Amino acid sequence: MQLALVVGTVVATVKDDKMVGVPFMALRDLDLDNKPTGGSIIASDPIGVNRGEVVLYSKGSSARQTEMTRDRPNDAVICGIVDQWEVGGETKYTK
Amino acid sequence: MKIGKVIGNVVSTLKLDHYIGEKMLLVKLLDPDGTETSETLVAFDRCQAGKGDVVLMIDEGNSARMVLGTGPNGVVRAVCVGFVDAINIYKADPASYGA
Amino acid sequence: MNLGRVIGTVVSTQKVSSLEGVKLLIVQPLDENLEPAGDPLVACDAQQAGPGELVTFIGGREAALPLPDPFNPSDATITSIVDEVSLD
Repeated sequence: MQLALVVGTVVATVKDDKMVGVPFMALRDLDLDNKPTGGSIIASDPIGVNRGEVVLYSKGSSARQTEMTRDRPNDAVICGIVDQWEVGGETKYTK
Repeated sequence: MKIGKVIGNVVSTLKLDHYIGEKMLLVKLLDPDGTETSETLVAFDRCQAGKGDVVLMIDEGNSARMVLGTGPNGVVRAVCVGFVDAINIYKADPASYGA
Repeated sequence: MNLGRVIGTVVSTQKVSSLEGVKLLIVQPLDENLEPAGDPLVACDAQQAGPGELVTFIGGREAALPLPDPFNPSDATITSIVDEVSLD
């Protein structure tokens, strides 16, 4: 799983029928110092996250393993809202 | 499937139950022409491979579960399944394909 | 599976229900010389691994299987704690 910042929402009216009802969020990947790495991704949101929150997301077939994304065409899903992380005993981020 | 070169062993006591009794090898993946890539994998052994052997390996869950016989919930992906004796590469000019 | 070193922890209270109670660790993937290889990632813990420990972790769909609720979206899970890596 990767750490990422929620930077926005994605609205798509015309899309595959199997994707209806799934909210999409725009994420920017973060490194361990809470700085953007340059990578970005659009992920489904089964939790209800807000812009500005730091989240964890999963990629690949694992992203279909939530109740909201089960059997849907989906390759990235938000798994949790991050409260804090530490590296080597040093707290790098606190919500 | 992938090809790799066995470069070492990994020993672990605290592990998932169905890993017990399985040898874990450290494998450096190879290009088709035999040069080492930067990628290293930990793989189970189903061909009694040792250090220096060039092996054929699977890096996919369903096939690995079949080979290792773990049942549907086996947490396995990479497994060495055979030795590579030779790799033959056709050096045809790609531009001539389909001509 | 890959070799990795546990370098930190992540705290997340609000998460997908299937991952409730699962410990999240930051893992630095390593090469055969135990040098960093690639970017750190967040892995679920199925082995009570602690900070600084050398571990193996599995990626992809198989990462969901060792956790208490196997229908979960984990794409990296720690599967063993490594005692020794020998290159001889």
